[in-house]
Amino acid sequence: MSEIKLTNVVKRYGRVEVVHGINLEIAHNEFVVLVGPSGCGKSTTLRMIAGLEEISDGEIHIGDALVNDLPPRKRNISMVFQNYALYPHMSVRENLGFGLKIAKQSEAMIEERVGEAAEILGLSELMDRTPAELSGGQRQRVAMGRAIVRHPEAFLFDEPLSNLDAKLRVQMRTEIKKLHSKVKTTVVYVTHDQVEAMTLADRIVVMKDGYIEQVGTPMEVFNHPVNTFVASFIGSPPMNLIPARVESGKVKLADGASVPVPNRLADKVRDGQDVIFGLRPDDMTPEGHGINDTGQVATLELTVDLAELLGTETLLYTQLGGQDALGKMFDPRDVAAGETLRFRLSLDKAHLFDATSGKSVRL
Amino acid sequence: MSGPLKRRIVAVATWIGTFLLMLVICLPGLWVMLTGFRPNREVLAKPAIWIPEQFNLNNFAKIFGFGAEQIAIPVPAYFTNSLVIALTSTAIALIIGMSGGYAFARFRFPFKDSIFLGLMLSRTVPGIALSLPVFMIWSRIGLIDTKLGMIIVYTALNIPFTIWLIDGFFRQVPKEMSEAAQVDGCTRWQAFWKVEFPLAKSGIASAGIFAFLTSWNEYALASQLTRSTDSKTLPVGLMDFTAQFTIDWAGMSAMAVIIIIPALILTFLVQKHLIAGLTFGGVKG
Repeated sequence: MSEIKLTNVVKRYGRVEVVHGINLEIAHNEFVVLVGPSGCGKSTTLRMIAGLEEISDGEIHIGDALVNDLPPRKRNISMVFQNYALYPHMSVRENLGFGLKIAKQSEAMIEERVGEAAEILGLSELMDRTPAELSGGQRQRVAMGRAIVRHPEAFLFDEPLSNLDAKLRVQMRTEIKKLHSKVKTTVVYVTHDQVEAMTLADRIVVMKDGYIEQVGTPMEVFNHPVNTFVASFIGSPPMNLIPARVESGKVKLADGASVPVPNRLADKVRDGQDVIFGLRPDDMTPEGHGINDTGQVATLELTVDLAELLGTETLLYTQLGGQDALGKMFDPRDVAAGETLRFRLSLDKAHLFDATSGKSVRL
Repeated sequence: MSGPLKRRIVAVATWIGTFLLMLVICLPGLWVMLTGFRPNREVLAKPAIWIPEQFNLNNFAKIFGFGAEQIAIPVPAYFTNSLVIALTSTAIALIIGMSGGYAFARFRFPFKDSIFLGLMLSRTVPGIALSLPVFMIWSRIGLIDTKLGMIIVYTALNIPFTIWLIDGFFRQVPKEMSEAAQVDGCTRWQAFWKVEFPLAKSGIASAGIFAFLTSWNEYALASQLTRSTDSKTLPVGLMDFTAQFTIDWAGMSAMAVIIIIPALILTFLVQKHLIAGLTFGGVKG
């Protein structure tokens, strides 16, 4: 079994604390993505799991073993680095077999495992090349191959796709997903890209400033963000967050416009409470151009400042509550700047956050 | 003037310019080499004989004590001294340079920048300025005219440079290489020897050559600190060819050739590494 368990893990550099006592349990064979903006402590956390950074406080268990003081080589994990970190002076074959060779495995066994990894990742043709002779995507595959040959308890990925171009990134993303389904192993994956997090993860861990903000399945994190940070970080384009105040059953926006308090949140707010009204662009669509127009809906006349045609949809930039807001038009027609449209706001999908704490009023 | 013609003229002019420049740079060296293979009377002939008429190894036989004509200069002893002193001091400077360079490139420790700056500042002191203090200390502790004394001096002279050069090379080996190796099952020590060292070895080779040549060619300090065949090195030995009224130019040149040849061989042998070393950056993950 290869669960990973972090208990009150703290990391300090000198007097500066960068990770503040985080707790996390990762189940056997689970694919967990740590996501957050740069400086949130996600890479540090991963490196602490790998043993490349010492932990200042707390405990890390891999499987049944407490690994706090174990060097990386004794943790039975493997890691894929952002810059691949392939050994430039070795061929692909030697790169793949390096870990097994260090572990003094037999030639036959090394050959078998390396062949197996090459087969899975489609590297068989490239075995005698050096890393300098490979493309970005191929290097990435070799880095993954190097990770899987050792049959470790867990794979750690540190922003493995951020050096690739956009197209290749999408392709490699699916390959990683496929790899995980083939080679069932616990995965901890770090990225700053919320799309990667959504597409790959069994569970997402959203981090900020050295704290875990929310842990949940992609659906939970997307549909039920616990605070404004998670709401704005997960989802692209980000959720509109408009300051407002609850007044006699209505959410009154700063510019005087108001929408009813969403029914499901009615008993969670009190009159006079300052809140932040959150609505994803997908849930703010012109009449006749929405995808989910059922349920509790509010309508508002809004003027479009700018329209961006994306093909299957158009992004509509407008003002809501005196702030820039973004709506979407599905099945789009041409929209001119300055045109006023009737928007339907899907209140079943709307969120309310407390204005002072930033926390969802559901909690 | 048409484009191709102009380019051709520029190319030819560049070629001629480079040739002239190289001629000016190489001529003295070439002349020393030629002189080493010619008899003294041809060297001293007036008017000068530009094209050698006799060309043989007599001068070399003479200074190494073979053949009919012999001179009283112990060149083999000087050669051995030079070799022992240069190789030993280079080896020590490399070991310390690798440890120091690696530490500066990889670890954080208090006063790191100040220590590094201090090392570099020590390079600004001209070697000859050290000769008097070193002489006084060495004479008190009995290191004057010993190989050990020279080895210590040259090692000290070379260490700042080797640390600086090797630090630069280790800095350019991404630290993820070593981390990847450690995750792959290496100890830190294994990661160093199996991954980081092979990637920085061009730089280490360059540092080694520079250190060797510094020790091999050094004259100023050696002329102060050596006395006899116990420790005199080749550059100092050259002065043995000057007597009160005469200079044995042919013998001196032959010895100069002996000094130049190991340096040349070494440089050619590791030329590939040297160029790779000086233009590092080809290693990317």
